[in-house]
Amino acid sequence: MTSYLVVESRDPFESHGFARRCELAAALKADGATVTVFLVENGVIAARGSARLRELEELARSGVAVIADEFSLRERGIAVPDLAATVKPVPIEAVVEQMTLGVRVLWN
Amino acid sequence: MSTSLTFLLMDAPYEQSRTATAFRLLSAAVERGIGVRVFAYEGAVSLAVTQQKPHANALHGRSLEEEAHPTPHLWVSALMEAAKEKGVELDWVNCGLCVDERGATEVVAGVRRGSPADFWKMATETANTVVIPTR
Repeated sequence: MTSYLVVESRDPFESHGFARRCELAAALKADGATVTVFLVENGVIAARGSARLRELEELARSGVAVIADEFSLRERGIAVPDLAATVKPVPIEAVVEQMTLGVRVLWN
Repeated sequence: MSTSLTFLLMDAPYEQSRTATAFRLLSAAVERGIGVRVFAYEGAVSLAVTQQKPHANALHGRSLEEEAHPTPHLWVSALMEAAKEKGVELDWVNCGLCVDERGATEVVAGVRRGSPADFWKMATETANTVVIPTR
């Protein structure tokens, strides 16, 4: 089974690209792939529970895992208790680990 | 054969957060004993230029030391050193045409000149590849 890591670095409130990438992730999942979305840089703005992003809710319903870069969260003052329930904070090493496992990385 | 990963970078220094993110990834790989091959394309060839200089911040009244301005060529050097200490591969190739366009010829020792054919070779010889595109 093909696995993908979709890296999203853009602020969801600044770029329509965020929604498109979430659609891509859900479509890949529907096609039978294992898909994880990695939020990094301004992409972690989406990880806040208070953001109430429809796209994140739909990813969760689709079975797409969402992880967020701990460093980017700290840079922006986003504490772990403030994260949406479906988002898991991870160190950058998680991306390296996924790469060594052969996961295909799509960076935006 | 030990695992190696390929990274294609495109952003010039001092432009985007993704440069810092890329270096964090490279560092994480090296620290885990994973070999790294970097193909620096377009503006990213300037990351290793040794003429970069840190500066003070007169506006905020900070000295050179207090400002601690990031200097990407030092990051490249530090990566080279870390890879050497870990005994892992670190191959950094700057796109030759991109170098000529920018006059980015004075670079960190160990950085070599190449072409997109080197990127293809890296991608086919390593376990995985990520392209970190410019915006």
